Formats: sequence, structure tokens, C-alpha cells
Amino acid sequence: MDAVLFLVFAAIAVVCAVNLVIQTHPIASALSLIGVMGSLAFVYLQLGGQFIAAAQLVVYAGAIMVLFVFVIMLLNEGKERKVKMRLWVRWAGLPLLALFIALMAFIVQRVLPAQQSVKFGAFTSGDAQSIGTKLFTAYLLPFEVTSVLILIAIVGAIVLARKEID
Amino acid sequence: MPYIVLSLIKTLIVVLVLMHTLAYLQWVERKVIAHVQLRVGPRRVGPHGLLQPLADVIKLVTKEGMIPSHVNTPFYFLAPFIAVLFALIPMCLIPYGGDINLFGIHTTMQVTDVSIGVLLVLGLSGMGVYGVALAGWASNNKYSLMGGLRSSAQMISYELPMALAIAAPLLMLNTLSFRHMVDAQTGFYFGFLPKWAIFQGPFPQIFSFILFSIAGFAETNRVPFDLPEAENELVAGFHTEYSSMSFAAFFMAEYANMVTVSCVATLLFLGGWQPLWPAEYGSSFLPSLIFLASAVICFLHAARPARPFDRITLPVFGVLFLIIAGVFLIPPVQQILIPLFWFGAKVGGILFVFIWVRATLPRFRYDQLMRFAWTFMFPAALINLFITGLLVAVS
Repeated sequence: MDAVLFLVFAAIAVVCAVNLVIQTHPIASALSLIGVMGSLAFVYLQLGGQFIAAAQLVVYAGAIMVLFVFVIMLLNEGKERKVKMRLWVRWAGLPLLALFIALMAFIVQRVLPAQQSVKFGAFTSGDAQSIGTKLFTAYLLPFEVTSVLILIAIVGAIVLARKEID
Repeated sequence: MPYIVLSLIKTLIVVLVLMHTLAYLQWVERKVIAHVQLRVGPRRVGPHGLLQPLADVIKLVTKEGMIPSHVNTPFYFLAPFIAVLFALIPMCLIPYGGDINLFGIHTTMQVTDVSIGVLLVLGLSGMGVYGVALAGWASNNKYSLMGGLRSSAQMISYELPMALAIAAPLLMLNTLSFRHMVDAQTGFYFGFLPKWAIFQGPFPQIFSFILFSIAGFAETNRVPFDLPEAENELVAGFHTEYSSMSFAAFFMAEYANMVTVSCVATLLFLGGWQPLWPAEYGSSFLPSLIFLASAVICFLHAARPARPFDRITLPVFGVLFLIIAGVFLIPPVQQILIPLFWFGAKVGGILFVFIWVRATLPRFRYDQLMRFAWTFMFPAALINLFITGLLVAVS
């Protein structure tokens, strides 16, 4: 059952990702991206990363993509400009992509142990409680530095936007 | 019994009850607003218009679905699906009562209990905005587009204070699972004051509850925040171009969202299915008493009938109420029904406030709506969260 569900959501994610690139319409691409985010959230959930799954759904699929869709709807999209593909891109693109995927598969298979739940650093499990505990004990400094960084980014964005208005 | 069969049965019950709730919520809304405005409301179809929801459903299903020629067809069809899907999914995460032990089967009154329940509900119901935004955009109509844009802007703005208002009681209850949340609100102070989050120490969450309710009104696009469908400026907003079942889908999604918000508020702040006062003082007999009183009123009116057929119908309803009052007293059934009664009563109370507010308050202006979110709701929620965090850390 787990394997079936994993395959279903992984397939949805891949199909949506491909659709995101193929679609010419910005709204269709944005919706595909939401599909990718949503199905990734369910894949995380199955891998035991419950908190990450919820955060992915609330933050990425919910908040950030709403902003994307909002901006796309607000700015009327112009006609898409097609750039002619270079000759070597047209011929070497597909083989290079295949090579890249094969390389990735090889590395993943070699580096990661086959039968073990995913682990990262001091985090022992994916539930909200342990992530919270670790964030405020083992990773307190990186956590706080990140929040300061985000604050700087917000202030910077406001400063830049202000200049534009004046 | 295998897990999947049990889950299917529970899902079926939840779906049936939910669909009837959604249909009759609309009847209740029309009746309540009518009585607030000194009208009688729907009365023609069935006694007191009780069959009106059925008539409405038949009308909507059999109506011709118009597809305007200027719409973006695939997205136009996708939008109501998204709206309904993300309005109904959160319902499977909501617990309605305690454990059930019947015929040797042990289960919980909930379709599925996940450890991150409240986050998942927040995330899934947040996705519902895509349905509204997409409907507005795909209709290719400037009024619809304005509705869709307003909806997404409103959702982004009010999601923040809502999340902050949810975070404050979570600090006290110390869990993300709805079931454990209710368990953390069991018990009474001084033997009578319930330990619900709005009364619980160290910092009673009454402000969080008010902020959550206001944000809930905005998230469900209800009056006074129903700017996406403001009929005096936008025709009907995002669903102007929809008719027949696709219109009904948006309608249903709105009511389902209302029910979800009310359930979450009940579980987070009002102690879920915990009674208002202890069982020692007879809180388990309240439903029986209510139905007994209804039966007595029916019999009294049957003795002095206003219309000839009251002599037959009122005693029938009186006997029916007596039977229901009796059912609430049977011990094994009582264990299941009493929590359900309290949960339903609290959710119903919040839903009534939703309707009441709609009948009372006028609509905000758009700039007022945004200013209210960012200059009052957000700082207030932040301060509330800060005080709660401080007091939880100190105690």
C-alpha cells in the first residue's frame, strides 16, 4: 500500500513537473507547480517527515503559490516570445539529460543506504516535536541567523520597492 | 474488522451527515436571516419550508449548465472542482467525539487521526483559494477577475493572523493532533469552570478565539468580508459566469468551509466534545431535557390546535421527541451520543454566529479590509502570541 501510494504521488509530481515546462500558459504552469508541491508534500508525509509535509503544503503550495498566481493574474501576460534553439542544444540536449539522470541515479544508489529512514544531522525523526526541540537546542544559532537574514531580506525588499514608487 | 472497511463505513457516515448539514445549513441561514429581518423565510415547500433544500438541489442539478463562449474552458471547469475538493478534504481530519466500543469493535469518532492534524487542515483549506482565484480569472470577465484577485489578496492577508491565533492555544495544549488537543482540555477548575482553551491558564485564549473567528470570516469569504462576491460592485464576483451545478459547487464549498472553521474553532478553543459543566451536575441529561421540553411544548400546542391538522401532526412529533429523549438515556448509546451532542451544539452555536453576523453587519470597504488585517489583526495576534509564550514559559 505504501509503495503504491508513493508511486502514485511520485508519478503525479513528475507529470506535473513535465507539464510545468511544456505548458505555454503561465497560469497552467503555476497550477502544475502547485501540483508538484502538493504531491511532494504527500511524498514527505510517507517518508515520515510530517512537519516538513505540513510546512510544504502551508508555505509553498499555499502561501507562496497564491502570491505567484496573484501576480500572474494581476500582470496581464504578453505574447510568449520563442527563442530559436541552437543547433547543438537541439541535438545534444536529450542525450545529456539522459546522462545526467543516469549519473544522479548512480550517485543516489551508491551514497545512500537502501533500507534506512531518512536522517539529517541531529534530527532524529520528522515529527513536529523533535524538529522543534532540535531547532531550539542543537541548531539555535543557525535558526536565529536565518530569521535575521529573512528580516534583512524583507527590509531590503521594502527599501527597493520604495525607491521605485518615488 | 479490517481497517479499510471500518474507514469506508466512517467515511460514508461523515459524507452523508456533512452533505445534509450543508443542505440544511442553507435553510437555517435563510430562516434565521428572515426572522432577523421580520420575515418568515421559506415556507412553501414542505412544513416550514423544510423540503426547500431538496427542491433547490433538484433545481440546480436539472438546470442547463451554460458555458459562456468567452471563458477559458479547461480552467473554467477545473475551478469548482478545486473549490469543492479542498473544502471537503479537511472534514476527514476532524474528530467528532471520543472512542467507540460497540460489538467488540474499538474505534474513534474520526475518519483519520494524524499527528499534524491542525497544520494539515490549515494547509488544505488554504488551497481552496485557488478555486476562487481560478474561477475569477478563467471567466474572462473583469468583474470576476476583480473577485478572484480580491479573494487571493484577502486570503494571503488573513492567513497570517489566523495562523498566529492558532499558534497561541497550541503553545498551551502542546500538541498538533486534534484528539490530544481535546484531551488536554479535559477537566474543570474549582469543579465547575471547564478547562477549555478560552478559560485555561496561564493565559486564557479568549483573544485568540476572537482573532481566529474574525480571520475565519475572512477566510470563508463571509459577510462582512465577502468582498470577492460583493454584489453591488461586482455583479456576483468570481462566480458571475457560473450556473447550474458548477455554481452549486462554489455554494457548497463556502458552506463546507464554514463548517470546517467552526469545527476547528470548537476543537482548539471550546474543548471539542467536553461538556460545559461536569457530569456530576447532570450535563449528560441536558439533551434528554431539551427533547423532553420540545415534546411537552408539542403536546401543549396539540391540546389547543391553531389549525385542524395540528391535532395529528404535533402529537406525532411529540412522541418522536420523547423517543429521542429516551435514546439519549440508554447507557451504551449515551457514551457515543453525549460527546456528539456537545460537539454539535458548539459547532452549531458558532455557525449561528456566522449567520447572525451576516444578518447584522454591512460589508467592509476593500481598503478598510486590508488596513484592518495588517494594522490591527496582525499586531494583535503577534502580541497575543508573545504574551502566551511568555506566560507558558514562566509557569
